[in-house]
Amino acid sequence: MAHVRFDRVSKSYPGGHQALTDLSFELAQGEMAFLTGHSGAGKSTLLKLIMLMEKASQGQVLVDGVNLARVANSQIPYHRRRVGVVFQNHQLLFDRSVFENVALPLRISGYTSRDLERRVRAALDKVGLLSKEKQNPIELSGGEQQRVGIARAVVNKPSLILADEPTGNLDPKLSGEIMGLFEQFNGVGVSVLVASHDLALINRMDYRVIGLNQGRLAGERAAGGVRG
Amino acid sequence: MAKPSASNQQSRVTMQSQGSAYIQHHKLMAVDSLKRLLAAPAASLMTWLVLAIALSLPMTLYVALENVKQLSRNWDQSSQISVYLKKGVMSRFADELTAEIADFPNVSSAVYISPEQALKEFSVSTGLSDVIFGLDDNPLPGVISVIPRLNSQDENGLEQLQQKLEALRHVDSVQLDLIWVKRLYQFMELGQRLVWALAALLGLAVLLIIGNTIRLSIENRRDEIRVVKLVGGTDAFVRRPFLYTGLWFGLGGGIIAWILLSIGLFWLSGPVEQLISLYGSDFSLKGLGFSDSLLLIFDGVILGWLGAWLAVSRHLSTIEP
Ligand SMILES: Nc1ncnc2c1ncn2[C@@H]1O[C@H](COP(=O)(O)OP(=O)(O)OP(=O)(O)O)[C@@H](O)[C@H]1O
Ligand SMILES: [Mg+2]
Repeated sequence: MAHVRFDRVSKSYPGGHQALTDLSFELAQGEMAFLTGHSGAGKSTLLKLIMLMEKASQGQVLVDGVNLARVANSQIPYHRRRVGVVFQNHQLLFDRSVFENVALPLRISGYTSRDLERRVRAALDKVGLLSKEKQNPIELSGGEQQRVGIARAVVNKPSLILADEPTGNLDPKLSGEIMGLFEQFNGVGVSVLVASHDLALINRMDYRVIGLNQGRLAGERAAGGVRG
Repeated sequence: MAKPSASNQQSRVTMQSQGSAYIQHHKLMAVDSLKRLLAAPAASLMTWLVLAIALSLPMTLYVALENVKQLSRNWDQSSQISVYLKKGVMSRFADELTAEIADFPNVSSAVYISPEQALKEFSVSTGLSDVIFGLDDNPLPGVISVIPRLNSQDENGLEQLQQKLEALRHVDSVQLDLIWVKRLYQFMELGQRLVWALAALLGLAVLLIIGNTIRLSIENRRDEIRVVKLVGGTDAFVRRPFLYTGLWFGLGGGIIAWILLSIGLFWLSGPVEQLISLYGSDFSLKGLGFSDSLLLIFDGVILGWLGAWLAVSRHLSTIEP
């Protein structure tokens, strides 16, 4: 069973703008793929549909075989807990420490302190920020903030990670490090879908690429295409 | 292909640990929302004071009314009972009866007014002496004027005394001079309704004040709400800190209202008691009882929580990730 499946999905925003048109593709369990396309091509919209931040106008979006159109409003939070998201504007909270930022999904899911501390430290350790847990995220550099966002996305051990421009305004070296983290998570079986228009970076890595143009599928490149 | 989904693993939170995490989160939110209020002491104090005033006004009226009630019960004692004798009772029997009544334990004094005396008083007070002296027969009965002595706990004392007097020989009818007391009771009935109306209005005001305050704090925490919803926070989770904020506002308002009222009562009790002692009544100002105090504070808490709940259910749904 595919992890994520789009079946002839269209999305038009109120006001009539057509962001996605008749889009079909699959992301397999444990697969890592890039989503590219010009600005306004519909990358963020696609990710929002998977997160149930938006609903498809036509067609079906299935995650783990569940048709998202059938998910009741009260069940949306539980769906979101199974997906980790990373955004370019990292959406960190500056009124609390790095530790508390990362702990948020666990508090929501109902972890007790001891379990919670262990998991938060493990996630921070993975992104190399264990020493900064007590700091306020505002004191961190852009790359470090992005890594806090990643730690928060993975702390709940989601089976699927979505990232929207995770390397947006980072230099190539930092961008490479961030992508390296996603590769690591993918290495332990997590499905990863990264939206990015950093073609240079994408081309340096050997993963499937899904291209969007004006909301339509504009060609795919399978993994192995770089060296092959 | 299909690897075992990691989702099974991540949702392995036992019921028990989830229960204790739930309580832990409640505690965390309770403390956190209180800290937030105390972090802006001036603004919070203002809100608390406004709430306290709104809560204490109906309570003030209520306490005043309770005191008037108590006072009027004291005044029952000084009310007068007129015992009308049957016509033609000889003054000898009337005097004996008067002495007998005066000996009742709950009678303070009894004075006999003969028909002749009554007629004289009547003609003097009305100026109708010519008419009255033209009558063949004195139409007025003899009256024994009785001043009861009742203790204020005994609400039925007056009626029992009345029944006892009515059962006596020679007695035609007994009349309690209670018209003004009845008026007072009518006024108090009105006052009581006023208390309810005022309580309802100011309760509504408290809801609106809290609702508005919570709305602002929701506005201030928009980003946080968005992130919490994004990472899977349920509505209950998002609502919780705001409900606690409303609860703290209500509790603080209730406690300050109680303090204000207590100070006010203490400040008034001296002069009021002095004033009333001038009228020969021993009276002590009744303060807020334990249950009244509890009610006041509890009302604050309930209204605070409810106001927050209304604000949150109105505004939270407008914030989506
Ligand atoms: N909430 C919205 N309401 C109306 N139109 C929207 C909304 N969000 C996006 N759109 C429109 O939908 C189209 C696709 O937007 P989307 O954000 O998915 O593009 P994108 O590929 O992520 O672009 P970028 O690379 O600039 O982030 C755009 O034309 C955009 O104007
Ligand atoms: Mg975008």
